[in-house]
Amino acid sequence: MRKYHPLKELWLARLRQFAREPAAVFWVYGFPLLLALGLGAAFRNRPVDQVFVDVEASPGAGEVADALARWPEFVVGTHSAELCRERLRLGKSSITVIPGNSYTFLFDPTRPESALARARVDDALQRAAGRRDPVQTSERLVTEPGARYIDFLVPGLLGMNLMGGGLWGVGFVIVDMRVRKLLKRFVATPMNRAHFLWSMIGGRLTFMLPEVLIILGAGALFFGVTIRGSWLAIFAVSLFGSVSFAGLGLLIASRAQRIETISGLMNLVMLPMWLLSGIFFSPDRFPAFMQPFVQALPLTQLNSALRAVVLEGASLASQAWSLGILFLWGTISFLGALRWFRWS
Amino acid sequence: MPDPAVKQSTVESPSHLPPAVRCRNLRKQYRSRSRTVDAVNGLDLEVRRGECFGLLGPNGAGKTTTIEILEGLLDATSGEVEVLGMRWGERDENIRQRIGISLQETRFPEKLSVLEIVVLLRSFYRAGCEPEDVLDSVSLSEWAALWVGKLSGGQRQRLAVACALVGDPELLFLDEPTTGLDPQSRRQLWEIIRNLAAKGRTTLLTTHYMDEAERLCDRVAIVDRGKVIALGSPSQLIATLGGEHVVEFAVADGPASGAVEIDFAGLPAVREVRKEATGIALTVTEPHVAIPALLHKLQGAERSLARLTTRHASLEDVFVRLTGRHLRDEEIPSA
Ligand SMILES: Nc1ncnc2c1ncn2[C@@H]1O[C@H](COP(=O)(O)OP(=O)(O)O)[C@@H](O)[C@H]1O
Ligand SMILES: [Mg+2]
Repeated sequence: MRKYHPLKELWLARLRQFAREPAAVFWVYGFPLLLALGLGAAFRNRPVDQVFVDVEASPGAGEVADALARWPEFVVGTHSAELCRERLRLGKSSITVIPGNSYTFLFDPTRPESALARARVDDALQRAAGRRDPVQTSERLVTEPGARYIDFLVPGLLGMNLMGGGLWGVGFVIVDMRVRKLLKRFVATPMNRAHFLWSMIGGRLTFMLPEVLIILGAGALFFGVTIRGSWLAIFAVSLFGSVSFAGLGLLIASRAQRIETISGLMNLVMLPMWLLSGIFFSPDRFPAFMQPFVQALPLTQLNSALRAVVLEGASLASQAWSLGILFLWGTISFLGALRWFRWS
Repeated sequence: MPDPAVKQSTVESPSHLPPAVRCRNLRKQYRSRSRTVDAVNGLDLEVRRGECFGLLGPNGAGKTTTIEILEGLLDATSGEVEVLGMRWGERDENIRQRIGISLQETRFPEKLSVLEIVVLLRSFYRAGCEPEDVLDSVSLSEWAALWVGKLSGGQRQRLAVACALVGDPELLFLDEPTTGLDPQSRRQLWEIIRNLAAKGRTTLLTTHYMDEAERLCDRVAIVDRGKVIALGSPSQLIATLGGEHVVEFAVADGPASGAVEIDFAGLPAVREVRKEATGIALTVTEPHVAIPALLHKLQGAERSLARLTTRHASLEDVFVRLTGRHLRDEEIPSA
């Protein structure tokens, strides 16, 4: 047994450098937490949805406002016609009611909260005017953890983080070492080059474990995200994702000679995935002709597998398709990197 | 002053071993769209076992290109290279286990400690020195726990040498080991390198400092424009000037050219006359003979001295005589 094993020393060096770089630690662990907190607070599902209604100032306005004010969900204001338009445009109100012989609703049907407001305001005004419902209905409220926005968001943030960590944590680090002539210094020794590449991937997998724990843990702790899948399955999916992105990072970094080049390439590769891969909303919303491209992106598959495993408790086997695509990305990138890699 | 015992020791190469480094007719051409550069242009070299060999030449002479080809880090355009009797491309790992390298420029990670870096480099070698011992030999033990980012230039350069030594190499390559350092750090590194030489390790170093080559090297190859233009021990090279001393002076009234008409070459003990930018330099064998004669001559011509200095002739003078340029002059790019 050697006193100093190169694989171990390379891996340790990686860990030490990361842990001693506060900015890197923040971007990997702190940033996604802040993002989750921020987005979680902004898109919190409120128990009573408030509906902001403006009534255009006119002879019948007081009557309409009084009728609406009887329901606690309405926040009613009476303003001039011009101000009502402006408030509507700025999103300060969801709908404007113009009183008269018949009521006119002014709203933007493409805004979900406006469409909702229209239905509710109409309902309230019809009842105030004496409508009797022919059928009696009752409500039973169910808010299922797992179906809220924050539940959707947390696995997406984890996927995004695994992508960023793999690309920056491997690609950026390698180009930095190339710029410093460290790679050249290393190949001037008898170092086994495969050891070096494995240590990069090994380092990545090591950072992945706390990433998964922290992001999902914070989701569970602060937002009550229910983790239905087994941790083993979650780690396995994360591992496929990490290896796939580490391979991609290696490929992107294989020839770049300058930090500016690699930063540009990274953003070029990540941008489509930030937009299309379903971090913040479901990729199913994109039109059908885009779907083959969207579904081929590794982050789309990672996010979908993470959501299935975390939120629905899906088995690993059921995610074989996603894992297969991730594996393909990882393998092809890694082989490409081996072929193209420049040490100096 | 150089330690004469080291400088003049002639190294007997064990006859049964191939030389540490041998290259013949080495060429390296860098091609780009706009131009091609013949960085190394038919260079021959033989470094004997146990000697400290210097490649001395101005910036752009092709020293780094040459040493990196010898180190197996660059491919030559043509030519033959043998390192410790082996060729690159056959058993590279065997060669790498037995050589130590310090590149012209390596920026080690700022946030690893000195010891951590040496241990990392040590782990790549099958056999080698204890990291602590290596740090001791370059006087870095005190700083072992310090992060690289906190080191001075001289300490970083000593760390680079430590990394070159950690595999206990038979052959050491040092590319510009003291460039950019303050005089004290340079002297400290010279001390370290001289100690290595004293232990019988073969060293090939490059430098553009003539004093460095003079003090450290058993033999020096002066390199210019990718070729070796002179080869020998520093004292042999200086001896080619015909005189060991240089007398530099300037006349007070008028430009130097005013004094040039005077025939200094005919003065006793003067071997050579060279016009410099700010005066005239004479290569002389015996200053105590040449200087009185010079003063007498100036008096006769009714000129007075603005400046007069004498010094030992150096490799710089050898370079100037061979090329007409100074070592530190900026290289004029060839069209
Ligand atoms: N990668 C390169 N591409 C093009 N030209 C180069 C390259 N490296 C060095 N050169 C040129 O080759 C010549 C020799 O350079 P180098 O070996 O670095 O000289 P030295 O080390 O003696 O200063 C210089 O003219 C330099 O500009
Ligand atoms: Mg150089």
